[in-house]
Amino acid sequence: MSDASGRHPAEEPENPLDEAAQRAAAEHEPGLAEELEQERAREAAPAIEETDDRWRDAFRRVAAGGWAVSLGAILLAVIAGSLMIIVTDEAVQAAAGYFFARPGDMLTAAAEAVGGAYSALFQGAVYNFGADTFAAGIRPLTQTLTNATPLIAAGLGVAIAFRAGLLNIGGQGQMLVSAAAAGWVGFGLTGLPVVVHLIVAMVAGILAGALWAGIAGLLKARTGAHEVIVTIMLNYVAYYLVSYFLATPGLMQAPGSANPKTPPTPESATLPPLLGERYNLHWGFVLSLLAVVVVWWLLNRSAVGFSYRAVGENPRAARVAGIDVPRATVSVMLVAGALVGLAGITQVLGTVTTGFGADIDAGIGFDAITVALLGNSNPVGVLGAGILFGGFKAGGSAMQAAEGIPIEIVLVVQSLIVLFIAAPPLVRAIFRLPQPGSTPKKKRSQTARKEVSA
Amino acid sequence: MRLELRGITKRFGALVANDHIDLVVEPGEIHCLLGENGAGKSTLMNVLYGLYDADEGEILLDGEVQDFDGPGDAMAAGIGMVHQHFMLVPVFSVAENVMLGHEVTRGPGLLDLESARATVRDTADRFGFHVDPDAVVEDLPVGVQQRVEIIKALSRDAQVLVFDEPTAVLTPQETDELMSIMRQLRDEGKAIVFITHKLREVREVADRITVVRHGKVVGEAEPTASDNELASLMVGRAVQLTVDKQAARPRENELAVRNLVVARQDGQVVVDDLSFTVHGGEILVVAGVQGNGQTELTEALLGLHPGGSGSISLDGNELRGRSVRQILDAGVGFVPEDRSTDGLVGEFTIAENLILDRTAGPPFVRAGSLQLAARDEFAREKVNEYDVRTIGIDLPVGRLSGGNQQKVVLARELSRELRLLVAAQPTRGVDVGSIEFIHKQIVAARDTGIPVVVVSTELDEAVALADRILIMYRGKVVGIVPADTPRDVLGLMMAGIAPETEGEAA
Repeated sequence: MSDASGRHPAEEPENPLDEAAQRAAAEHEPGLAEELEQERAREAAPAIEETDDRWRDAFRRVAAGGWAVSLGAILLAVIAGSLMIIVTDEAVQAAAGYFFARPGDMLTAAAEAVGGAYSALFQGAVYNFGADTFAAGIRPLTQTLTNATPLIAAGLGVAIAFRAGLLNIGGQGQMLVSAAAAGWVGFGLTGLPVVVHLIVAMVAGILAGALWAGIAGLLKARTGAHEVIVTIMLNYVAYYLVSYFLATPGLMQAPGSANPKTPPTPESATLPPLLGERYNLHWGFVLSLLAVVVVWWLLNRSAVGFSYRAVGENPRAARVAGIDVPRATVSVMLVAGALVGLAGITQVLGTVTTGFGADIDAGIGFDAITVALLGNSNPVGVLGAGILFGGFKAGGSAMQAAEGIPIEIVLVVQSLIVLFIAAPPLVRAIFRLPQPGSTPKKKRSQTARKEVSA
Repeated sequence: MRLELRGITKRFGALVANDHIDLVVEPGEIHCLLGENGAGKSTLMNVLYGLYDADEGEILLDGEVQDFDGPGDAMAAGIGMVHQHFMLVPVFSVAENVMLGHEVTRGPGLLDLESARATVRDTADRFGFHVDPDAVVEDLPVGVQQRVEIIKALSRDAQVLVFDEPTAVLTPQETDELMSIMRQLRDEGKAIVFITHKLREVREVADRITVVRHGKVVGEAEPTASDNELASLMVGRAVQLTVDKQAARPRENELAVRNLVVARQDGQVVVDDLSFTVHGGEILVVAGVQGNGQTELTEALLGLHPGGSGSISLDGNELRGRSVRQILDAGVGFVPEDRSTDGLVGEFTIAENLILDRTAGPPFVRAGSLQLAARDEFAREKVNEYDVRTIGIDLPVGRLSGGNQQKVVLARELSRELRLLVAAQPTRGVDVGSIEFIHKQIVAARDTGIPVVVVSTELDEAVALADRILIMYRGKVVGIVPADTPRDVLGLMMAGIAPETEGEAA
């Protein structure tokens, strides 16, 4: 039946290599383009009716943007950041005043400003060359990893939901309830043995995060409520609920205090430091690394993850293949919430053990979306993106201290990264990256616009 | 207006979709562009319509070279296209759709709907059909929607009309009416390009025939050429148009559907009190014009419509009320109508798609973990057995051609132990060579002694494949007739007119 579809040319291939080439050619035969075209036309029609699908589709395309795009986005954002540093730098502004007299001055000043800024960023995030000892010099790196700990865990929570086609915007709320639960077990339950106390606190926090996200999953599965709206609203619910607990004596407020803040986490419920007392880095980082491995296995090697991905890529085909889509929706949100919950507990049991307020999430719930995007919704990518953003956080303050460059510049760079990632065609065009098999599509969308304007 | 395409070449990366195609269409002739799916017909027409830029070659109208920068230019030059997928706004009225894109205004920004209405009425009258200019397009039957497209093209004074696979959605009667409209247009001196892969239509209406294969013009044929001659030009070798199969040997086991009612979510009843029986070793083809409830019937068989009423029993076991998973486990193989949305996950690899509905347990999943080695071995075996043309099992399935995608679906479904096979439109969008292979597989499944239900809107396929034919119209059974029932009777039944002698009401 080798020529059953009549696609091979009449001549039989001479040798296996030729045959392979022909098979490759057959793969790229004219039919392909038209087939794809028809496919697209078919997809385009329902997209108009189902906004949900269009969002899902658009999102999937952004998430699957590819590594080259991520790197390109970082590079572009750094360049844009440099321009901002130059523009805002006082020395440069002064030199610009006599630019036509001595243009060299301004260029030197600009180079110094940018060089100084990124050098400070590096020294604040990775290694401080000014330190006397290696132990002191490496301190910024440990701070970066400490910052990265919750970003990685929460980023995984967002990424795994993405892969199942769900947009988990509820990181903030999930972190808050998990922090509250873990914190309450930490300072509220006393008399538990050392290791047991820690484990109970961890389990309580992770479960709380899972359940909080599970609400969104359940509502989506049962009623079709859009998870974006539900998770955002649950953020508010969590924030004000936790704020109320924190401000109410007898619930979570530290006894004898008027501030909306909890008592410190007792030693028995604290994640021990990883590299000794001199660094902030704690065992939470190891938990995050473990989570990376577990999520990688889950997505790439497990039957459950297979069903998540199938639901994410094509829920209709998943349903026809006997996959229980509502169940997958609920379960992936439980897993996502558990991962964000892990971020919450590493905060209250590891990083901030002196008692916490309603700002304990520190924007990590939202940064996690960025991290997941930059990491391509892939566990290993999330690890890298989490560390990068942890470094930005650590280095940003050093930059401000050493060079007087506002920390907001770093936040601008972070935001620009996301902006560029959201526009892969832009990044591809600038770096002349290949469009992934979609030459006709680009043309089509252009002409479609023309048609409208015609 | 005389249309001439000279040496049109269009490449997508490494693949050449159109390879130096020459085509001349004279005014007052119907020129058929015949070729199997993926031969490059639609690409060529998109070049003509300004949607694609040709890499080489030129388009001439009355001897003048044209440079189209988009459909707007093509339309202005007098080219009109009736698309395969209608390009109408469903919530707009007929008149609004007709004027869309070149709105006539009266005063500052006021739409002159009245003139659009007049255009619709005049054109409709000229061709002797009736279209209400104020009807909302989504409420109209597809045949009428198509006429709206034709009116729209004519309203811009199109001299060259391109019909891209226009009959795919029509009943035989509607097809005949379309053909007569096309003849009328020809007699008015329009140049008509008719793209199709249906041989019967070509011979009926064409003045000249150009056959395209693998992006090249492989020959011209006379309308008097036989089906077999045309088909072999299309695929480059002789193909069997009939399905080679023995007479059915029905067995005791059966699929019995009784009083099945399926309603859509909006409450509209789409399968209305349907009853039929299919025995083991027998193929029942459910024929009918698309959209008469066949899709929902197959989906109901798989448990995708939990509501409704009635009974579906397979070998005495009730399937209704069970989940999709349970029905698959009961041995139901399902080839969905739209493989790209329902049958495959386009971004998944071939290997992953081959186990898509088999992740409930061994051999591909043990202790919750995917067995990649077993999966890949299975995939390689099936790719071979089903002759899936691919460079490897790790290729995303969405990058295969339609025929090869369908083979992946079939390979997956037929490799389970089946007690019933349900195949909806198994050869839609599939090249002729693969059609033959797919039909053979379906017959082979029948010969293992299981009941087979095939939904087809192609009369040729229904007649060739069926042991018995069930015709559905508006959710009801018009009749169940033997496969050798004359075509005109089947055509009338597809339009809802039952034959005088009632078919067996199995």
